[in-house]
Amino acid sequence: MSTFKFICALDDIPQLGSRVVQRATGGDIAIFRNAEDEVFALHDKCPHKSGPLSQGIVHGRKVTCPLHGWNIGLEDGKAVAPDVGSCRNFEVKVEDGQVFLAV
Amino acid sequence: MSKPRLVLIGNGMAGVRTIEELLKIKPDHYDITIFGAEPHPNYNRILLSPVLAGEMTIQEIVLNELDWYKENGITLHTGKQITKIDRVKRKVIADDGTEESYDRLLVATGSTPFMLPIPGNDLPGVIGYRDIKDTDEMIETARLHKHAVVIGGGLLGLEAANGLKLRGMDVTVVHIGPWLLERQLDEVAGKMLQKSLEDKGLKFLLQKQTEMLVQGESGRVAAVRFKDGMQIPADLVVMAAGIRPNYALAEKSGIYCNRGIVVNDTMQTYDPKVYAVGECVSHRGIAYGLVAPLFEQAKVAANHLAGYGIGRYTGSVTSTKLKVTGIDLFSAGEYMGGEGTEEIVLNDPYGGVYKKLVIKDNKLIGGVMYGDTADGPWYFQLLKDKRDIHDIRDSLIFGQNLVGDVGHAGNSKAAEMADSAEVCGCNGVSKGTIVQAIKAKGLFTLDEVKKHTKAASSCGSCAGLVEQILASTIGGAYTPAALDTKPMCACTDHSHKAVREAIVARHLISKEAVFAGLEWKTPNGCDKCRPAVNYYLISSFPHEAKDDPQSRFINERAHANIQKDGTYSVVPRMWGGLTNPKELRAIADAAEKYNVPTVKVTGGQRIDLLGIKKEDLPGIWADLNAAGMVSGHAYGKSIRTVKTCVGAEHCRFGTQLAMSMGIKLEKMLFDMYSPHKVKLAVSGCPRNCAEAGIKDVGVIGVDSGYELYIGGNGGIKTEVAQFLCKVKTDEEVMEYSGAFLQLYREEGWYLERTCHYMERVGLDYIKGKILEDEEGRQAYYGRLLDSLKNARDPWESSRDEQAIKQFIPIKLEA
Ligand SMILES: Cc1cc2nc3c(=O)[nH]c(=O)nc-3n(C[C@H](O)[C@H](O)[C@H](O)COP(=O)(O)OP(=O)(O)OC[C@H]3O[C@@H](n4cnc5c(N)ncnc54)[C@H](O)[C@@H]3O)c2cc1C
Ligand code: HEM
Ligand code: SF4
Ligand code: FES
Repeated sequence: MSTFKFICALDDIPQLGSRVVQRATGGDIAIFRNAEDEVFALHDKCPHKSGPLSQGIVHGRKVTCPLHGWNIGLEDGKAVAPDVGSCRNFEVKVEDGQVFLAV
Repeated sequence: MSKPRLVLIGNGMAGVRTIEELLKIKPDHYDITIFGAEPHPNYNRILLSPVLAGEMTIQEIVLNELDWYKENGITLHTGKQITKIDRVKRKVIADDGTEESYDRLLVATGSTPFMLPIPGNDLPGVIGYRDIKDTDEMIETARLHKHAVVIGGGLLGLEAANGLKLRGMDVTVVHIGPWLLERQLDEVAGKMLQKSLEDKGLKFLLQKQTEMLVQGESGRVAAVRFKDGMQIPADLVVMAAGIRPNYALAEKSGIYCNRGIVVNDTMQTYDPKVYAVGECVSHRGIAYGLVAPLFEQAKVAANHLAGYGIGRYTGSVTSTKLKVTGIDLFSAGEYMGGEGTEEIVLNDPYGGVYKKLVIKDNKLIGGVMYGDTADGPWYFQLLKDKRDIHDIRDSLIFGQNLVGDVGHAGNSKAAEMADSAEVCGCNGVSKGTIVQAIKAKGLFTLDEVKKHTKAASSCGSCAGLVEQILASTIGGAYTPAALDTKPMCACTDHSHKAVREAIVARHLISKEAVFAGLEWKTPNGCDKCRPAVNYYLISSFPHEAKDDPQSRFINERAHANIQKDGTYSVVPRMWGGLTNPKELRAIADAAEKYNVPTVKVTGGQRIDLLGIKKEDLPGIWADLNAAGMVSGHAYGKSIRTVKTCVGAEHCRFGTQLAMSMGIKLEKMLFDMYSPHKVKLAVSGCPRNCAEAGIKDVGVIGVDSGYELYIGGNGGIKTEVAQFLCKVKTDEEVMEYSGAFLQLYREEGWYLERTCHYMERVGLDYIKGKILEDEEGRQAYYGRLLDSLKNARDPWESSRDEQAIKQFIPIKLEA
């Protein structure tokens, strides 16, 4: 069972930006915040060639990978067509301006 | 509440494209019903030629599978012809009695082949060339019979003749004109074309008028008889003497027609509830017969059907390409010439090359190419951009100089490449893969090919090749957008030019204002438009618009270059390539302290520390700052380096102090952001050891002063910088080069290098602004200095707690 863990205040993530969460095992997780203050979490590893998605440009509900420009859906971690591939997504929630991640 | 109903008559290329465009911008607006007379889903009509030639199958050319209609909730009636439009009751009636009411009607009935009004034109075995049925009939006839006659030596007729020949028939093309394609080609080129088609086994009868088609004993056509009494055998007659727009249905319902359904610039007919697109339409008196303009119409019609009411269709310049394998023929625009036009002709009958360019008022307005069509897309782009060609006129006919391109093994002619040849060296895409994708996925634009194959999507040096492949695969259906009207990206219909002008004219100072004011289709843009908009904002209003880090590519946000493994590189500035023991010691210390795996000397005369973890960046910067060093902006669309030679300071050949000149320039330009990266070089004498000939601004010392060169590039496409002027003093070097760079900063489009900017506007234009207008030059120079007056080292942010937050990962205990 995964449990929600406190990560940071919402305002610690810039709008249309991200933060990296380091885990002891299992690789980094990227937490994104979009213009509507929705928060998403993905494995910080592009399905193309493992680019750090946290370093990409966030727009709408997508992030563009910094290495070769794939667009990845923030909700489901799926590459936007015509590219094919997906990366793992994680549950996140925001309560009272605090961000929690299910790990 | 139920949705309004949209009915489309004509399940063809223009109509279905309109529906696709509509679904893209307003997916759930209408209940959509489509009627098509043919028993097939929408297919790519222009690829009927390769199907006839045996190069493709019908399955491969379907554009919209039945599932597509289902998934989009569209009711499709195939094999049903609409026979009546009742505009009073707002419904359409099909030949089998099916009725459907509409709130909006879209008519896209295409056209039909023109059947010569001669006796026998309705005999079995006499057909036009328009659809799958015709193609099947030709393929079937070719199996059973021998003699085919194609009437009409235009593009369609020649493609039909070529296909029938490949299917084993004995084919004669009958043409009324004095030579083939007499409307596109002059006599010499027409004869060259005829010769190569004869080599493929086709026969030609020119200046022949057909009198009648003779019926044979079997009941089907048996011969063609001409006015001069001659008669030739024919088991199959294909009429390719032109097409007639299908507007009878609309006309019968009282909609105003005049050799086509008459529409205004919004593709609306005289009945405001009825729109029309495609070959059945007459727009400003023109009925188009090629796909590219029809797709432009589709886009406009969709926008108005969606109720947005933006966008007008104002007509198109078209180009065509004969789709016969092994024959290269390209024509565009007003290739016939006429009053007030001049022609440049290159004619090499022996080498099989013919080129004609038609010029009016220093602009290219049309052209024909035979044998060597490699430069077709380039000419077409010049034509659409209405570029003043005065400064390149003397070499225009020889085409775009592709010699300096790298990444595709020196190939510049797509047609000559084998299918296995690599077109895109960055992504390893072969010609065969591209052709396959274009055909199988129904791609029509360079952007689509980029997305689906990744070709030309990295460095872009092969874009010209890909365009050629596109043009020769889909013929005239391909048309590049004019640069200054091409939308920035899928988020907007506005071009770079339009966005920039709006920002300046309306004094917009935030991205939100731009997106709202220019009706962006996405809430906050994308990775293409946001960095561009941010640049336009901060370069237009340097002290007013606020820089938005989240609109910048990661390198400019992290003030470092991201590497393939997610680490970063750090390159401190070495003014003019000079350094000293203290700096070198600080670099060595930092490299040890942070375990930097790789230390390298760059091509820009400075030292690169590679493989640094993001969280270490602020620390390294602070250490380097402490030793007096600042960011080298090796990561930005910005000033990079000013390379210098040792110059008169030391060199026995030196005429000018190259190092000191270089340092002055580099200090002046520190922290300058620009549409793309900017590199300079200063050499102390014409031996030019600093390689100033391939820099955005190159300065070469001579005995009496300096020569300035601009627009050079040593990258993908090696471009030699062009001579701008000669000046005497260091101050003048700063003023002239500063003014040029400011002009580029104000007018260059985002991601356009100086060489591309210069190619677009022409060297004469730049000379007019910088050399001939002293006040103007000083004003540009003044604006450059003004926007850089608060220049600040981005690495100073290493002391700003808020700014460095993004560098620090959040650690999660297990
Ligand atoms: C062999 C061939 C090669 C070509 N090559 C090229 C090329 O290389 N480049 C290029 O740009 N163009 C080319 N063209 C032209 C291009 O195919 C047409 O310009 C384009 O298909 C026109 O689109 P449209 O939607 O207006 O008409 P169409 O695609 O013809 O669609 C009209 C549809 O409406 C249906 N219809 C008509 N009346 C009714 C009715 N009353 N009720 C229901 N349905 C009806 C028709 O059956 C047809 O399916 C080629 C054409 C052919 C035939
Ligand atoms: C007649 C022609 C040339 C002469 C006499 C000449 C002379 C010199 C000299 C004297 C130096 C050494 C400067 C020093 O003391 O450090 C030098 C360095 C250099 N020259 Fe030339 N040069 C010539 C042509 C070129 C050309 C054509 C290029 C390149 C396009 C070039 C590129 C260089 C480079 C890159 C260096 C620096 C080498 C280094 O990094 O050590 N030179 N040249
Ligand atoms: S360019 Fe001239 S001055 Fe500079 S190093 Fe070369 S030879 Fe010497
Ligand atoms: S690694 Fe993300 S696009 Fe290549």
